[in-house]
Amino acid sequence: MTTATPLTTTPPIAVDKKESTASKAKKKLTSPWASLAAIVIAVLWTLPTFGLLISSFRPERAIKTTGWWTWFSDPTFTLENYQSVFDPDAINLADFFLNSVVITLPAVIIPLCLASLAAYAFAWMKFPGKNVLFIAIFALQIVPIQVTLIPLLTLYVDLGIANTFWTLWLSHSAFALPLAIYILHNFIKEVPSSLIEAARMDGAGHVAIFFRVLLPLLTPALAAFGIFQFLWVWNDLLVSLTFAGSPEISPITVQLSNLSGTRGTAWHLLSAGAFVSIIVPVTVFLLLQRYFVRGLLAGSVKG
Amino acid sequence: MFGQRGSSRSRVALAGALSVGLAFSLTACGGDDDSGGGSTDTEASAIDCAPYKAFGELTGKTVTIYTSIVTPEDTPHKDSYKPFEQCTGVTVKYEGDKAFETQVLVRAKAGNPPDVAYVPQPGLLQQLVATGKAVAAPQETEANVDRFFGKDWKAYGTVDGKFYAAPLGSNVKSLVWYSPQEFKDSGYTVPTTLDELKTLTDKMVADKKKPWCAGISSGEATGWPLTDWMEDFMLRTAGPETYDKWVKHEVPFNGPEATAALDAVGGYLKNDQYVNGGLGDVKSIASTTFQDAGLKILEGSCSLHRQASFYAANFDKDTKIAEDGDVYAFYLPGKDATTKPVLVAGEFVLAFADRPEVKAFQTYLSSDVWANTKAKLSSGWVSANKGLDPNNMKNPIDKLSATILLDPNATVRFDGSDMMPAAVGSNAFWKQTTNWITGQDTKTTLDNIEKAWPQ
Repeated sequence: MTTATPLTTTPPIAVDKKESTASKAKKKLTSPWASLAAIVIAVLWTLPTFGLLISSFRPERAIKTTGWWTWFSDPTFTLENYQSVFDPDAINLADFFLNSVVITLPAVIIPLCLASLAAYAFAWMKFPGKNVLFIAIFALQIVPIQVTLIPLLTLYVDLGIANTFWTLWLSHSAFALPLAIYILHNFIKEVPSSLIEAARMDGAGHVAIFFRVLLPLLTPALAAFGIFQFLWVWNDLLVSLTFAGSPEISPITVQLSNLSGTRGTAWHLLSAGAFVSIIVPVTVFLLLQRYFVRGLLAGSVKG
Repeated sequence: MFGQRGSSRSRVALAGALSVGLAFSLTACGGDDDSGGGSTDTEASAIDCAPYKAFGELTGKTVTIYTSIVTPEDTPHKDSYKPFEQCTGVTVKYEGDKAFETQVLVRAKAGNPPDVAYVPQPGLLQQLVATGKAVAAPQETEANVDRFFGKDWKAYGTVDGKFYAAPLGSNVKSLVWYSPQEFKDSGYTVPTTLDELKTLTDKMVADKKKPWCAGISSGEATGWPLTDWMEDFMLRTAGPETYDKWVKHEVPFNGPEATAALDAVGGYLKNDQYVNGGLGDVKSIASTTFQDAGLKILEGSCSLHRQASFYAANFDKDTKIAEDGDVYAFYLPGKDATTKPVLVAGEFVLAFADRPEVKAFQTYLSSDVWANTKAKLSSGWVSANKGLDPNNMKNPIDKLSATILLDPNATVRFDGSDMMPAAVGSNAFWKQTTNWITGQDTKTTLDNIEKAWPQ
C-alpha cells in the first residue's frame, strides 16, 4: 500500500477520473486539496508539451505567425512537418533515431553491469583500501564532465577509436558509474546480512550470492537507475556533440539541435522533430515508473 | 487494482513504441535505397577533370567536411560535390553542426579535426590557425583564388602573411526587404541615395504607416542585427578606409565617426514614428526575433526591413520572392549614387590535412566550375567568385546579390563584428547595442564597447 501512494501524483488526470472506483481506504488518505493541487501542477507542466504537439501538426506559415492556441479557433492540420523530418535525402531523422538506440542501450547496460558488481564488492567483500576507494569513487561525482571533454577526446584519438560508437559508450558509462555504484551500494547494503550469511552457510561463493540471492532483490534499483541513465543518455547533447564527430554515429538530439536551420529560419520543424524524439523516453518512463519511484526511495532512505 | 491497470497500459505503450520504432527503421532502410538510387542518376554536369589529375590516383579516398551549414542549405552543398566525386572517385563526407564554432576548436585542440572546415568568421580562422593544426592552402588553390577573387577576399583568408583559406560562399548584408506590390500601389520608388531613403521613409510616415520593422533577438547572439546596421552606416557615413581602421581598432571604437554612424542608425531605429511596423514600439525591437521581424512585410504592416540576402530562406515556400512578387529587396544605398559600399559575410575553407585528395578538393571548391555548379543547385546562395555567371542563379534575390557583389564599382567590406576580437565582436558589441535599443544613450554604449576591447 505504501508503495502505491506516491503513484497517485504521477499520472494525474486519469487517476482523478477513476477515483470513484478506488478503495475507500485510499479515499480517506487522499485530501481533495492535494488532488486539486496535483491536477493544477500536472496541467501547468503538460501545457507546453501539449502546445508542442499541436504545433507539430500546423502548417509552416501558421506556426511562424500565430501561437498554437489559435488552433482552437482556426484548426488547420498537416503532416508536412513530419514528412520533412523523415525525408531521407535531407533531415533523415529515422537514421539518427536508430543511432540513438544503438548508443543508448550499451550506454545503459555497461554501467549497470559494472556498477552492480562493484556495489556488491563494496558492500559485502572485505579488501584493503575499500573505504578509501569508495570515497574516491563517490568524490568523482563532483568532477564536472565539461572539464574532461578535451582530455578524453585526446585520449580517444590516441587510442584510435575516435569517430566510433565506442567513444560514446565509454564516455556515458564513465560519467554514470560513480552515481550508479553509490545508489546500488546503498541498496545492497540494506539487504539483511542474515540472508547473505545463510547463503554462505549453504556453500555459496560470491558469484552465487550475487546472481542467485542479490540480483532478484536488486531489480527495482537496477530498473530505477536504468531509467535514470536511459533518459540521461537519450537526451544528452553535449557528450555526443563532442565525441560523435560524424553524422553516421550522431544521436537524434544532435540532429534536433540542427533542425532549426543554419540561421534559425526553419524552426517550424522543431516541434515535429521534438515529438519523434520524445516518444521513446516517455514510453520507457511510463513502462517503468513504478520501479523508478520504488527504486529511488530504496536507494535514498539509507543514504 | 493499480498494478493491473498500469500493466495493461504499459503493454499498449510498449506495443506503440515497438511499432513506431519498427516504422522508423523501415523508413531508414527505405531511405538508404532511395538515396542510393538518386545519386547514380544525378546528371554529372560534365566538368573538366584535368585539374584534379595532377593530384594522382584518388579513387577510394575520403574527405571529411565540418561546417555550420545545416539543413536545408546542406543539400545543394552535398550535390555540388558530385561532379568532383565522379571525376576523382573521392567520397566527400559532410557534417553540419550548429555548434560548429565551439566544437571545431575542441576538435582541433584534441587532435581530432576534420579534413576541411568551413569557417564563417575571419576571427575564428585566426584562432584555428593558432592551434597549429591547420595547414596552408595548396598552390593550385591559391592560384584559383588569385584568379577568381578580389584581393580583399584573399586577405581575409590570410593569417600572418600565409594564405590558408579560400573564400567559399558569401552573402550580401546591405539589403532592404520590401513589398514590390506596396511600392507599386503607393507610387514609391527604390531609393538610390541615403537621403532618398530618408525621404521615402518620411513619405511612408505621411501615409500613416510605420515604415521600418526590425528584430534583434537571436538567443545568445541577441543584438547581432544591430551590429550589421551600424557597420552598414559606418561604411556609408565614414567611408571604407575609416571603416577598416575602426575594425582593426586603429581608430577608437567610440570615436566621432562611430558616434555619427550609430546616431544615424538611431535616426531610423530609435524613432518612434519609423518603427516598429506591426510589432510595437522601439523596445519591441529587442524582444522580436530577427526571423520574425521581416515577415510583417507580407502582412502589410511593415514596409522596409534591412536584413542580409539569406533572409530569403525565412519566407515560406508559397511566398514569391521576385521583383514582381510578394517580397523583394533593394540595395541599401550609399551616400550618393556613385559610391557602392557593400557589407558582406561568408565562409572560408580551412584544411587540417594536406593529403592529395584534400588538396584536390580545396582546389575544386575555389574554382569557377564549383561556384557555377553550386549556383545552379541552390537558392539563397551566392559567391564572390568572379567566374560566377549571374545567369546560373535561379533565385532573383541571388541574382541581385551576385550583381551587387560583382559590380566593379562596389566597395566590398567584410562584416566587422566577425573580424573583431571575440570579446567585442561576439560579446560586448551585441550586448551593448541591445542595451542601446532599449534606452541606453549612444555615448555610454560606444564607451562600454571601447572598454571591452582587449588591450
